[in-house]
Amino acid sequence: MIRFDNVSKVYPKQTRPALRDVSLEVEKGEFVFLVGSSGSGKSTFLRLILREERCSHGQVHVLGKDLARLSNWKVPQMRRQLGTVFQDFRLLPNKTVGENVAFAQEVIGKSRGEIRKSVPQVLDLVGLGGKEDRMPGELSGGEQQRVAIARAFVNRPKLLIADEPTGNLDPQTSVGIMKLLDRINRTGTTVVMATHDQNIVDQMRKRVIELEKGRLVRDQARGVYGYQH
Amino acid sequence: MRAQFVLSEIGVGLRRNLTMTFAVIVSVALSLALFGGSLLMSDQVSTMKGYWYDKVNVSIFLCNKSDAESDPNCAKGAVTDDQKQQIKADLDKMGVVQTVTYESQDQAYKHYKEQFGDSPLASSLTPDQMQESYRIKLKDPQKYQVIATAFDGRDGVQSVQDQKGILDNLFELLNGMNWAARAVMALMLVVALMLIVNTVRVSAFSRRRETGIMRLVGASGFYIQAPFIMEAAVAGLIGGTLACAFLVTARYFIIDHGLALSQKLSLINFIGWDAVLKYLPLILATSLLMPALAAFFALRKYLKV
Repeated sequence: MIRFDNVSKVYPKQTRPALRDVSLEVEKGEFVFLVGSSGSGKSTFLRLILREERCSHGQVHVLGKDLARLSNWKVPQMRRQLGTVFQDFRLLPNKTVGENVAFAQEVIGKSRGEIRKSVPQVLDLVGLGGKEDRMPGELSGGEQQRVAIARAFVNRPKLLIADEPTGNLDPQTSVGIMKLLDRINRTGTTVVMATHDQNIVDQMRKRVIELEKGRLVRDQARGVYGYQH
Repeated sequence: MRAQFVLSEIGVGLRRNLTMTFAVIVSVALSLALFGGSLLMSDQVSTMKGYWYDKVNVSIFLCNKSDAESDPNCAKGAVTDDQKQQIKADLDKMGVVQTVTYESQDQAYKHYKEQFGDSPLASSLTPDQMQESYRIKLKDPQKYQVIATAFDGRDGVQSVQDQKGILDNLFELLNGMNWAARAVMALMLVVALMLIVNTVRVSAFSRRRETGIMRLVGASGFYIQAPFIMEAAVAGLIGGTLACAFLVTARYFIIDHGLALSQKLSLINFIGWDAVLKYLPLILATSLLMPALAAFFALRKYLKV
């Protein structure tokens, strides 16, 4: 699903690489936590998967494709098979919940009939059934993140990338979000989640990848957070 | 891609940026109106030049039958074949003359028809009302006076005209105005393009949230750019339509009504509606494509995949 071979990333005008010689593989259906302090390279790792950046050395394969060889105009095609969730939700404030979810389908040219069918379905799945016509601003943080997850999942991606999805949420709400992500993972979707939330990592007992100053320092099946502040 | 979705995005974009959109429309309208105006002015000049303008310097008009009755210069009657031969022979002997062309009444009628077409004046004319003439090209165009003194007042000669001398001042004025119009047009065009580029950037910046989300969910580059490009194209097209309306109104008020030059200067051949209509598609196409291209290039930097 994801393969990094000796990947390094140096940003222009910076001497210290953001990622240094990282090699790893994520299999289909896995749930992976990505941990590390700020500046350890987590975001760069995710941006490389999304092909928002290209790596400086090595090779990144996502969904069987070598991203270095993927031409610019094929990138959108690749991204349609990924779902993304962020700490700040990234919802459109002037569109309703339903429209926000439908947006992900509109931009890839789904028919209106399909959209009308799949939007309530996926909202039910994330536990927001019947809230289609609410505006994002009227919802709690946890509910907004559910909308974002619904949008990420509505096109049934093979891979879901989550960048600190619980970073803005209280512990209780976070647990709800994690249960939702776990459920999505059980449908066969691979989930890669960057997080700082020790409790969640310790509770879930999934694979943990730890980065430190751009290096891969730990790759542990059924691991714990283990990182000391 | 769904048209309705794209259209609503365009509407939102144009309204959000109303003042800037207005500036784009006005500058596109102005520059294209000047562009059309300068094209029409060139047309007007070439229409006025007629058949002989670029070919000769001086024309000797010979008396015809009707001149013999009305024109004191022709009091001795219409030109005779002897007189014609004499004039031709004298012209051939003169050193300043480069070429001499004889224009018969039938040829004169034909050229007149070509120039003035079916104007009321032209349709009432017959070939024998036309004048025979010698059309002379001089080695040195300034030596017009030599011909004038030699032939003015001679029997059978109605008049000697330095047509080029008369018209050149007018044409120089028109040409000068034309170049001024082109210079202003070029400036306005640059202003219009910079405004478009800026508008598109502001527009892209104010919608970076949407476009960011579109990128994440896998919208193609074209799909993300299309609303911006079409916004620019729509604003440009409105400007182009205004420019067309301006040209049509200008021709209407300057030539037909209002200033009504066609009545006041009935001897001048004015450009017709066909000349105006011929340029409208060009102006509309420019108004559509130019902003679209400007937007496209402005976005290449801003909306990367």
